[in-house]
Amino acid sequence: MKAANLDNQNKTLLRKLVVVALVMFAFGYAMVPLYKKICEVTGVYDLIKPDEIVNTQIDKSRTVVMEFDANTRSQVGWELVPVEVRMNVHPGELVHATFRLTNPTDTIFDAQAIPSYGPQHAAQYVKKLECFCFTQQKINAHETRDFSVVFVIDPSLPIDVGTVTLSYTMFEIEGTRSTVDSTVEVGFRAFKS
Amino acid sequence: MEAAHDHNHDHHEPTGIMRYVTTTNHKDIGSMYLWFSFMMFLVGGVMALVIRAELFQPGLQVVEPEFFNQMTTLHGLIMVFGAIMPAFVGFANWQIPMMIGAPDMAFPRMNNWSFWLLPPAGILLMGSLLAPGGAGGVGWTMYAPLTIQQGMGMDMMIFAIHILGMSSIMGSINIITTILNMRAPGMTMMKMPLFVWTWLITAYLLVASMPVLAGAVTMTLTDRHFGTHFFNAAGGGDPVLYQHIFWFFGHPEVYIIAIPAFGVISEVIPTFSRKPLFGYASMVYATGSIAILSFLVWAHHMYTVGMPVEAQLYYMFATMLIAIPTGVKVFNWVATMWKGSMSFETPMLFAQGFLFLFTIGGFTGIVLAVTPIDIQLHDTYYVVAHFHYVMVAGALFAAFAGVYYWLPKWIGKMYDERLGKIHFWLSLTFFNVTFFVQHFLGLAGMPRRIPDYALQFADWNMVSSIGAFGFGLSQVFFLYVLLKAIRSGEKAPEMPWEGATTLEWTHLPTPAPYHSFETPPDLRS
Repeated sequence: MKAANLDNQNKTLLRKLVVVALVMFAFGYAMVPLYKKICEVTGVYDLIKPDEIVNTQIDKSRTVVMEFDANTRSQVGWELVPVEVRMNVHPGELVHATFRLTNPTDTIFDAQAIPSYGPQHAAQYVKKLECFCFTQQKINAHETRDFSVVFVIDPSLPIDVGTVTLSYTMFEIEGTRSTVDSTVEVGFRAFKS
Repeated sequence: MEAAHDHNHDHHEPTGIMRYVTTTNHKDIGSMYLWFSFMMFLVGGVMALVIRAELFQPGLQVVEPEFFNQMTTLHGLIMVFGAIMPAFVGFANWQIPMMIGAPDMAFPRMNNWSFWLLPPAGILLMGSLLAPGGAGGVGWTMYAPLTIQQGMGMDMMIFAIHILGMSSIMGSINIITTILNMRAPGMTMMKMPLFVWTWLITAYLLVASMPVLAGAVTMTLTDRHFGTHFFNAAGGGDPVLYQHIFWFFGHPEVYIIAIPAFGVISEVIPTFSRKPLFGYASMVYATGSIAILSFLVWAHHMYTVGMPVEAQLYYMFATMLIAIPTGVKVFNWVATMWKGSMSFETPMLFAQGFLFLFTIGGFTGIVLAVTPIDIQLHDTYYVVAHFHYVMVAGALFAAFAGVYYWLPKWIGKMYDERLGKIHFWLSLTFFNVTFFVQHFLGLAGMPRRIPDYALQFADWNMVSSIGAFGFGLSQVFFLYVLLKAIRSGEKAPEMPWEGATTLEWTHLPTPAPYHSFETPPDLRS
C-alpha cells in the first residue's frame, strides 16, 4: 500500500518535471520572437524601419568622414559596390549615398542588404530616412541598378568619432533563385493557360 | 568481506557484461558513470595535450590548424559533457540513496537508460573526427554562423548533444524525485547532507537549462538543413540570438558543474575538521541564490557583441552579486576548519586545493565580470586560465576529493595514502604550472583557440605545455593508485574517517552492501 503510494507520488513528480523540461525547450524557441521584440522596443533592432529625425540643424563647424563599403554573400557572381567610397559630411545634413549592383549572370533572385557600422556604436547616430535595406530587392538577370540611402548624421555623434564606416552585406535569399530561361517558360505556361 | 555483499538477491540476475547492461542498481550505475567519465577524462586530456603540443612553440609543427580547432572543440565538449558532468552524476547515484536512507533511485530503469545513452553520445562525438571534413571546429560554444558552414561532423556533434541532454534531463528527474519522495522518516529537508542539497539544486538547474541548449542546437540543425533562418542574417535571422540562447543554458551549466563540487567539499571539510559544517542553513540558501542568479547573468559572456550600455551595466552588477553567496560558502568552509582538529588525508588535501584554487578562479571571475576589463580580455588566455581554475581546480579536484573520501565505502578497501598524497601534490603543482602562467599570456593579449602565436608569448607557452604534460601524467598515476587500491588495497575499517557523520558511514557496513536500506532507517528522535 505504502509502496504503491510512493510509486504514484514518484510518477506525478516525473510528469511535472517532464512538463518543466518541455516548457524550457519551448522557451528556447520563444526567445526568438522575444529577442526581436526586445530589440525593437529598445531600438537596437531598427534595421528595416526608417528613423525619425528630430533636429534638422546643420552643424557646419564639424565635418565627419563617411566611408562606404559593400559586400555580397551568394554563390552567384554578382557584386555591389559603393559609387562614392568616401564623403565629407556635416552632422544634421541630408546625405545621399549610392550603391551600384551589377548582376552579369542569367540568374534572377531576391536579396536583402544588412548594414553594419564602424565604430559599432556609431549605428545609433546614422539616421536613415530611406534605404534599399528596408525591403527585399528583386534582382533581375543582367541588371545594373543604383540603390540609394538617404540619411542624416545625428549632431549628438560623440566628438571623438571622426570617421563613420557604413558597410552593407547583401545576402541572396535562399530559395528565390531562378534563371532567365525558366522564367520565360513559366511566363509561357502562364500565357497558354 | 564477501559476507558483506548481499548476493542472495542476484541469483537470477545476469552476470558478466550483461549484469552491467541490464542493471538497475544505483551502485552499479554509479560505478559505470564514474568509469565512463574517467575514460572520457583521459580522452579529453589527450586532446588537451595535442593542443598544448602544438602551442609548445610558435609556428605550426604538430597538427593542421583545422585539426587544432577540432581538438579545442572536442576537448571542451568531452570534458564538460563527458567527464565532469557524468562524474558528479556518478557520485549522485552512489551517494544520494545511501545518504538519505533510500533503497535505490526513484526510477531505476530510467537510471539505467540515462547511463546507457552516454556511450552512443561519446561514440558520436569521437566518431565525428572520422566524418568527411572532420569534427566541427567551432569551439564548444558552437556559435552561429560558423556552425552553418561545417561538414557532417557538426551534425554528429548536434545529435551527440541531443543525446547527452536527454541523459542529463532523465538523470536529474530521477535525482529530484529520489530526494523529494524517498527520504527516510525523520530525514527532513534541512537535515539532508549538503551534498544532497547541492544535487537537488543542480538537478533543477539541469531540467531548466538543458532543454534550452537542445533548442539552440536544434535551431542550428534546421538552419543547416531545413532552410530555417534562426541565426542566418541573410534570411532575417541573427547570429547574436544564438549567443543569447546558448548562454542562457551556458551560464547555469557552469554552476551545474560547480555546485555538486561544493557539495562534496561540504562533506569532506567537516569530516576532516571533526566539526559539523559551519552555517548549514546559510550554505543551503547561498547555493539556492547562486542557482537563481545563474539564470540572470548570461550576457556577461558576450559583452563584446554590441549590447546597449544599460544592459552591460545590469549584467556586470548582477554577475558581481554572485560573489556574495559564493563568498558566504568560502567563509563557511574556512569557519568549519576554524579550531577544528584537522588532519590532512588525501581527500582533505584535495579539498584544500579546491578551496585555494577555486577562490583564485572566483577572483579572476570578478575581474572578468567588469565590462571594460572583459572587453579587453575577451577571448584571451586570461579567460582560459579563469575557467580552468574553476573547472579543473574546482570541479575536478572536488571529484578527486570525493573519490578518495568514498572509495573505502564503495570497494571496502583503502587506497595507498602515500600514493594519494603524491597524486595530490603532482596535480596541484602541474595544474598551476599549466594554468597560472596563462593569466600572464592573456593579460599580454594572447588570443585563445588559435594554433599559432606571436613570438613574445613563446616562453610562458612552453612552461604551460610542460605543465600540461605533467598534469596529464599525474592523472595516469591516479589510475594506478585506483587500480592498486581495488586489487590489493588494505581492507578498510568499518569507519575509516572518524569525523564522518552521514548515514552511509553511520548506518551501513563497509563496504556498502549491494542492496542497502531496503527498510529505511528511522531517524525520528
